Amino acid sequence: METDDNIVEILFVEDNMNDAEMGIRALKKSALGAHVLHLQDGEEAIQFLFSADIKNLPKLILLDLKMPKIDGIEVLRRIKSDPARKVIPVVVMTSSREECDIVDSYKLGVNAYIVKPVDFDKFTKVISEIGSFWISVNQTPLHNKIK
Amino acid sequence: MEIRKKLMMVILLTCGAVLLLTSLTFAISEFITFRQTAKRQLATLGEVIAANSTAALAFDSKEDAAEILSALKAEKHIVEACLYDENGNVFSLYQTGSASPVFPAIGAEGYLFEDAHLVGFQKVFQDEKYLGMLYLKSDMNAMYDQLVVHGVIASLAIIVSLLMAYLLSKKMQQSISKPILALAEVAKIVSQQKDYSVRATKVGQDEIGLLTDAFNQMLTQIQEQNIEITSFNQKLEQSVQERTNDLNRVNKELEAFSYSVSHDLRAPLRSVNGYAQMLQEDHADKLDKDGLRITNVIIESAKRMGKLIDDLLDFSRMGRQEIVKSTINMDTFVKGVVDELMEGEQERHINIVVHRLGVVSVDPNMIRQVWVNLISNALKYSRKKENVYIEIGSTVQPGEIIYFVKDNGAGFNMDYAHKLFGVFQRLHKESEFEGTGVGLALSKRIIDRHRGRIWVDSKLNEGTTFFFSIPNQ
Repeated sequence: METDDNIVEILFVEDNMNDAEMGIRALKKSALGAHVLHLQDGEEAIQFLFSADIKNLPKLILLDLKMPKIDGIEVLRRIKSDPARKVIPVVVMTSSREECDIVDSYKLGVNAYIVKPVDFDKFTKVISEIGSFWISVNQTPLHNKIK
Repeated sequence: MEIRKKLMMVILLTCGAVLLLTSLTFAISEFITFRQTAKRQLATLGEVIAANSTAALAFDSKEDAAEILSALKAEKHIVEACLYDENGNVFSLYQTGSASPVFPAIGAEGYLFEDAHLVGFQKVFQDEKYLGMLYLKSDMNAMYDQLVVHGVIASLAIIVSLLMAYLLSKKMQQSISKPILALAEVAKIVSQQKDYSVRATKVGQDEIGLLTDAFNQMLTQIQEQNIEITSFNQKLEQSVQERTNDLNRVNKELEAFSYSVSHDLRAPLRSVNGYAQMLQEDHADKLDKDGLRITNVIIESAKRMGKLIDDLLDFSRMGRQEIVKSTINMDTFVKGVVDELMEGEQERHINIVVHRLGVVSVDPNMIRQVWVNLISNALKYSRKKENVYIEIGSTVQPGEIIYFVKDNGAGFNMDYAHKLFGVFQRLHKESEFEGTGVGLALSKRIIDRHRGRIWVDSKLNEGTTFFFSIPNQ
């Protein structure tokens, strides 16, 4: 699925293709040069993250909550209850500002919770900032490799 | 006192009183009869002695007289006797005791009771010639002896009667007390164990039987009513539960609705906005001036709709949110809001005065929204005035504190004031003053939930004052 020189740095899980396109556009514009993998639902995300031949874990997961089949909360639960994967920073990016979603996410150990702004400028700005913060500014454990 | 004892007491007292009274009556009647008999007997005796004494007196024979008098020995109750001659001198004497008696002077003929004795005089005649006087003194011991004997008999009779009465009453009072006691026992069970299913056993057709029937009937009624109340309560509980379930369901639906509104409506809106903007940014060279204007309209409309959705969600959330009250200092609280809002109004000259507001117990997050709304309204609608004057203050009334925000802005016609607090109600064109028409509806909802009131006073082109009250306890 991937090669060593094609390491996924940002996993972008988003079922809405328009939001995905706008998000990828924003991540690209922030010129991080990070490799972004976009997956369309929770099932794909779990298949990718828990597949046998994955060697490097992503540096950041951007996760939508409301998705078909397996929703974002469930993906978050699986990631945060796995000893090897719980160290991956997960940022929930959703349209929901419902208190229950926010509380549930934080209880499961989310690293940040972002409500997608309707305004495109703000949306672009937020995604760029998240990308640059988690990829360039933030330090993650070095042993992000699956042993 | 137990009813048993009371009944027996009544019977015994009645019996005793009747017996005593009867005995007393008998005693008195006997006493009177005895005295009369004694008097008559003494008179007869006197007559006989007097008749016998005529010869002795006529012939002046004291020996004969003494003999006649000594015959009185046979009459044990005669203690003294004396025969006087026609001149009143003692002629002959008779006495039983040793002490020398004092004989009275001759009195009138006849008998009377003197102390404990019956005394009397009897004239002695012979052929209508007065010869002398006979004196007789009889003691009453016999009578007293008899009275004592009668008294003893009466007492014994009373004791035996009372004993009989006691035994009889003890047996017979049960016919009255037993059903009453049984009734009392059942009543005790009912009151102590709250068991309304027990019934008293009816004994006889008398008043107690009637009472037992009434008591049992009462128990049946209570039992029936209890069943009714219980079933009514159950029905009530059931319907409350049903209503609660309905409410919960509706609430859940509402929540699901607002969730999907917040999520599902925002996503396409973001696309509308985003793609229009991407069109402007990435394909600007292919758009003419009108094309740019149209994409701008699309972008602005999408933004406005986003704001509308957010406001509407706030509004619906406000109805469900729990009020969490705390005591806050309204002065510093409002000053914070004013400072924050004034940051966006740097270019304008605004004179804003905040009077003393005091301390109050409210939900700070909710009340903050009210102040933000009212103050930003004042700033917004006074935008077209040159000298803006905004005044914020409070007055304490019995039971409530009234706050006000007064501006000298655009104002409005009070004919439309009733519309102001409805959702999406606006009194100005979007092109004049922007807004979604949710803010005041939200404020009203918040104040309602604080059990306060909100109202407005305005004059077109002169300004508006908003008031709201908070109960102060």
